Formats: sequence, structure tokens, C-alpha cells
Amino acid sequence: MHVDLFTGLVLLGSFLAGFLGALTGLGGGVVIVPLLALVFHVDMRYAIGASLVSVIATSSGAAAAYVREGFSNMRIGMFLEIATTVGAIAGAVIATHVSTSTIAIVFGGVLLYSAYLSVRPQPALPPDPTQDRISRFLRLDSSYPTPQGAEAYTVHRIPLGFGLMFGAGTLSGLLGIGSGAVKVLAMDQAMRVPFKVSTTTSNFMIGVTAAASAGVYLARGYIDPGIAMPVVLGALGGSMLGAKVLVNARTKTLRIVFSVVIVALGAEMIFNGFTGRL
Amino acid sequence: MNTSANKSGWNDQRIEIIVGNLLRSGVLLSAAVVIFGGIVYLSRHGHDVASYRTFHGDSSPLRTLTGILHGTLQFTASAIIQFGMLLLIATPIARVIFSAIAFAVERDYLYVAFTLTVLAILAYSLLGAGLH
Repeated sequence: MHVDLFTGLVLLGSFLAGFLGALTGLGGGVVIVPLLALVFHVDMRYAIGASLVSVIATSSGAAAAYVREGFSNMRIGMFLEIATTVGAIAGAVIATHVSTSTIAIVFGGVLLYSAYLSVRPQPALPPDPTQDRISRFLRLDSSYPTPQGAEAYTVHRIPLGFGLMFGAGTLSGLLGIGSGAVKVLAMDQAMRVPFKVSTTTSNFMIGVTAAASAGVYLARGYIDPGIAMPVVLGALGGSMLGAKVLVNARTKTLRIVFSVVIVALGAEMIFNGFTGRL
Repeated sequence: MNTSANKSGWNDQRIEIIVGNLLRSGVLLSAAVVIFGGIVYLSRHGHDVASYRTFHGDSSPLRTLTGILHGTLQFTASAIIQFGMLLLIATPIARVIFSAIAFAVERDYLYVAFTLTVLAILAYSLLGAGLH
């Protein structure tokens, strides 16, 4: 395949991935790596390198839209970024020491789990009004806008959340994805941060987390300009368009369709990993 | 304590809007550089055969900051694209630097310390790349 055709097709695929990722809230990274590896037969290392940079682009590109809503909590984000960045470097270093087949199998597992989370969302937990000593010390308690006015919230189980964030960072660095789903899970389910605050704060954290492993990826030659160029531009354009139409979209059907795609990709990643084809 | 918390909450919101716009400008700037490099790249290499099946990134000159800057100054298409990638990686880092300043202005020294810790981790990752 010639470079111009390859670039065009990867651009189109990444655009679709970014678009669906933004609409479903699953992020584009989870489909970009299998798309590059399975469809375009790109080496896993190039695939995760390109995907990681696209994650930074979509996260930073969406930030301006998110902060205007006033949900994100800078203190929670910055405190937890200590865990995600250390995890990200650890994940990126692990990635350079294990076989690409192992990475493909872990990636497949994460895809299957994301699909499961997507079709069986955790029930929204009622606010937990009890005080938390660590949260008070770290001044993480805040409030967020609701239709009924500002609503205060307290953050709980901070050591558990911090540990989960380290895991989210490791996955991000190992697989070149944003791992926003794990970040939201840690904040929403473990730390009992309101869902909207969790998702917007998570978006902020994704870019910083990815930047931490980007240094390791760059030094190991995982970021190839020829692949990263169409992936970054496509994913960025797709996610920006996705964020625009998000308001009017019927996302439930789309989530199911996207989940089916993710399950298929996950199964194929695991199969190819075990047979040593990736 | 309560009033100062409310006041800083309001400041946080304003700072975040500035930071959000900063991030978007950074992304658009890097995208512009990547598009420019991409056009040059396709005009020169569009008819080459794309081969990414096997990994040979470990010998690429674009693995280091000096390699990328050197290539960009020589107008190498792939180096210009990679320079755009560097700008992109720099945007969230700029955001962290900005947050450190914002927390310092609020005299929130605990969070200045947290933010500088994150910055040190990021510097460790990226300077590790530059020193290779």
C-alpha cells in the first residue's frame, strides 16, 4: 500500500474512532490500537505510540468545553495525577520489556471489560454526606452546579482511589490508551465523587497521564510521525465533531453497537496475542 | 475558612477556563504544525510503500529532542510532524505549570507541592528522552 492511501485510510478510521469514542464516552484510544494492529497490520509498538499521542490531543481539545461547565475539581485531579503519572511511567517501561503478544492479550482483556462496563453501567450512588478526615485535610471537598443550585460533596476512600489511579496510569502507559473508564470508576464508585465531576476531572487527568508515558515512548521510537500524523489529526477531528453532536445524539443504541465492535476487537486481539500473530 | 474556600472555588473556576483555552490553543497550534509537516511529507513520500509491519523505531533519529529539533531546522517532513507531536505532549505539561502558578497565587502551598511533584515526574520522563 502506498503512503498516501495508507495515510488517508488511517485518517478516516481514526476520525470514526474519535467520533464514536466521544459519543459513547469510551474514548477513541480503545479502538485505534486494534484498528491499526488488526486491520492495517501495524506493529503494536507503533500502534500504541500513535494512540497515546492522539489521547493527549482529544483530552486537551475537549478541556475547554468541559471546564466551562464548571464541574471539574482541580485539586482532586492534581492530587491523583501523582498516582497516574508514576503509574504511566511504570506502564510504559513494562511495555518496552514484555512481548507485543502479551500487550495484545492484556489489551483484549481491557476491551472486553470496557464493553461490559458500557452495557452494564454501575448504578449511580447516592451522595455520602459523612465527613472524611483525609479529604478535609487535602481540601478536596467542593461543590458543583446542579439545576437546583450548587451542591456540596465530600470525597471518600482516598487511599483506595489513589491506588486505583496508579493502576489506571499503568494501563494507560502499557496500552497507549486514556483509561478514562478506570479513572471515572475510581472517582465515581470508590471515592464517591459525583459522576459529572468524575468524568470532567478524568478528562483533564488523561492528557497529563499520557504526557508522562509519552517521554518513554518517544525515547524508544514508538512514536512514528508517518502513523501518528493521520491518527492524531483523525482522532482530534472526530472527537471534536462527536462532542458537538453529543447533545442531540441517541447514545444508547450507539453504545450497544460500539460495545459489540469492542467485544469483537477484544476477542481478536486476545486470539492474535495467543497465536503470536501480534 | 468557609469564606476563603468559596473565594478560592470561584478563582479555581476562572483559572480553569483560562487553562482550558490554553490547552485548546496548544492543541490547535500542534495540529497546524502536524498538518503542515504532513502535507510536506505526503508530497515527498506519498508514493513510497507504507511498511509498518516490523518495528525499527529503535534506530529512528526522531527519538530525542535534539534529533527532532535538528531535523525540523533542516526541513525534514517527518521531523516537522514529530515537532508537532512534541508541542502536543507539551500542552498538558503547560497546564501543570500554570496550575502550580495558580496554586502559588492562592497561597495553597500543599497543592503547589503536589503540582511540582507531578511536574518533576513529567520532567523525569521527558528529559530521560532528551538525554539519550
